[in-house]
Amino acid sequence: MTARNHAETFVERVAARTPERLVKRVRGLSDRSIAWLFITPSIVLLLAINIFPLIWAIRLSFTNFKSNLASLPVRFVGLDNYISILTDDDVWHGMQVTARFVVCSIALQIFIGFGLALLINRQFRTHSFWTTIILLPMMLSPAVVGNFWTLLFQPQIGPFNYVISFFTGIAPRSFSMIGNVDLAPWTIVLVDTWMWTPYVMLICLAGLRSIPDYIYEAAEVDRASPWRQFWSITLPMVLPFLMLAVLFRAIEAFKMFDLVNLLTSGGPGSTTELASITLKREAFEKWRTGYSSAFAIILFVTVFGAANIYVKALNKVKQR
Amino acid sequence: MMTWHKTSLTAVLALGIAGLLTPEPAAAQGKSLTLCWAAWDPANALVELGKDFTKESGIEMKYEFVPWTSYADRFINELNSHSKLCDLIIGDSQWIGGSAENKHYVKLNDFFAKEHISMDDFMPATVLAYSEWPKHTPNYWALPAMADAVGWTYRKDWFARPELRAEFKQKYNRELEPPKTWDELLQVAKFFTGKEIDGKKVYGSYIYTERGSEGITMGVTNAMYGYGFVYDDPKQPYHMDGFVNSPGAVAGLEIYKELYKCCQPPGLTNAYMQEGLDAFKSGQVAMQMNWFAFFPGLYKDPNVGGDKIGFFVNPAGPKGQFSQLGGQGISVVSYSDHKDDALRYIKWYAQPSVQQKWWELGGYSAHKAVVQNPKFPESAPFAPAFLKTMDIMVDFWAEPLYVDLLLDMQKRVHDYVVADKGTAKEALDLLVKDWVKVFKDEGKL
Repeated sequence: MTARNHAETFVERVAARTPERLVKRVRGLSDRSIAWLFITPSIVLLLAINIFPLIWAIRLSFTNFKSNLASLPVRFVGLDNYISILTDDDVWHGMQVTARFVVCSIALQIFIGFGLALLINRQFRTHSFWTTIILLPMMLSPAVVGNFWTLLFQPQIGPFNYVISFFTGIAPRSFSMIGNVDLAPWTIVLVDTWMWTPYVMLICLAGLRSIPDYIYEAAEVDRASPWRQFWSITLPMVLPFLMLAVLFRAIEAFKMFDLVNLLTSGGPGSTTELASITLKREAFEKWRTGYSSAFAIILFVTVFGAANIYVKALNKVKQR
Repeated sequence: MMTWHKTSLTAVLALGIAGLLTPEPAAAQGKSLTLCWAAWDPANALVELGKDFTKESGIEMKYEFVPWTSYADRFINELNSHSKLCDLIIGDSQWIGGSAENKHYVKLNDFFAKEHISMDDFMPATVLAYSEWPKHTPNYWALPAMADAVGWTYRKDWFARPELRAEFKQKYNRELEPPKTWDELLQVAKFFTGKEIDGKKVYGSYIYTERGSEGITMGVTNAMYGYGFVYDDPKQPYHMDGFVNSPGAVAGLEIYKELYKCCQPPGLTNAYMQEGLDAFKSGQVAMQMNWFAFFPGLYKDPNVGGDKIGFFVNPAGPKGQFSQLGGQGISVVSYSDHKDDALRYIKWYAQPSVQQKWWELGGYSAHKAVVQNPKFPESAPFAPAFLKTMDIMVDFWAEPLYVDLLLDMQKRVHDYVVADKGTAKEALDLLVKDWVKVFKDEGKL
């Protein structure tokens, strides 16, 4: 007797034992009803953990609620929180720091990631080994990466300064990557780039591998130079993938918190204080829940709006 | 022989049964208390001390110690969420306002009256800082548990080197001694910075610069108090303009920055207690700012302790000598299911004999029977400096919204001192603006 026969016997036995009333009720369900039956748990879960908190946060953003003083009466403050955020110089400073971080780190990641993808795509002998090595940083926890780089940047014992000193002759103890106002913003860009370039590389590699060989063969027949092939075939065909990488990385970089918190805590002063760090301080150190809800909504609308515009642009590129 | 064996066996059995039947109530009933505090040297001494309480009461002591960097976040969250984790908490002095007003702590007045525990037996500054809310009123929410303040350590062996003493004398026309004023401190720090001692480049001083929690504020105030910084108008509470940003306060902030710029070892731009200990222990700095709580451990250090280390009180400024208060009181958490046992611990802890042992183990007692004992100054090399500091301590705001006030000061001071943003006057003007906003939101202005 096969396993299949066993199963059939079991199913038949269960069916035989099912009360007639229940059988009739289930038999009466339409396909649509059964579909609803299956997706309802997911919808309930989505509503409970995504939509409800969002609506709750929007509601809180119009109040002076402080979650550490939850017993105090909550006052409706209208748009006060939003006005206060949008007119606060420190908030704008944080947004500018975030914007600079996003632009610089993504530009570097795209440039280096695409370059690495082009190299790895050449299928040389040890390319699998090098792919694994390149992917390693991406697989580490941001907490580990943050602590690890903090030690590397330590001006007295960290090797980073000694490497710079070896190439430039600058005394290793004479500068501090994390503590210097001019260097600290580049420090967080550098570490983020080190960690996430492999991710961009993977997406680009997927794009490169999706280009059919016959297109290049046709170009070869037409005597197109490698440079011409790159501009006319590779780049246009990888562009949607690159744009996707930019979208993913931009969203991640915009809400970057863990790495920067461990590396600089927003310092020196507020030189590297990204919007997410300001938000954390307001929400979980000062406990200004209403204010921080408004701040979170502003950030959400900014990212969501920018992502939507970008996705439309991406679709246009794909249609071309 | 056989009889002897039988007798012995009977005796052993009898003893065993007696042992089983003898009431050892607490241990047998599995009573226990959880005490929450920061993970640092004095916490180890407290564990040792707590063994006596367990022996006496049979109540097992459990401990929840978390690192300083997450201490406030973690335990304020526990209190706000009405958690039952901590039966007893050694909470920071600044928490007293919020914890009293939000009823996180049990009010101890009736208990103190019933058990004849008098706050007059403790050093007044510690009672004011750790126990009272509102301030200067006899409403007690904690018993002073760990007296602490900022003090300084210095390399006594370096200060004693004839060649360095001669060079210093020639340069500044005075003896190389532990500084008594901030100007002297700056001078000594500059003197040591860049010197090569035992084949190693050293730096003058280590001061707090930490940004995330409370570090730079706990450091900079030691300079600012002496130059005239006060939190508000003594005659008009919460009126801060002209006090927080007074010319004296500006001068104090400027000298702190000057000390940071000239003499701090490189890379210590976001550094607090541990980094200071590391810098001192590794022989990088001649002088170190840090909490007295660490001094017993440093004195025992095989490399820099013993004869090599000296201690001095925070130097004076033109307006007087003050030191930033640290330390904590011990409170009973109102959400605990073991409040009676927790109160029993406090009663035990308040005894002079227990306080004396606490000091001997490496904790800092605030009990007058300990610190005003004529033998106290000779009891440890850092005791005289600690005793003097007890009279000059000043605390940060202890308002319920102290975290907001603290984070504002962290930002403004770090921006100026470490990130070179604006002038000292601008930083303090912005701080006044921030603090006015906080008090307005709270309805106090």
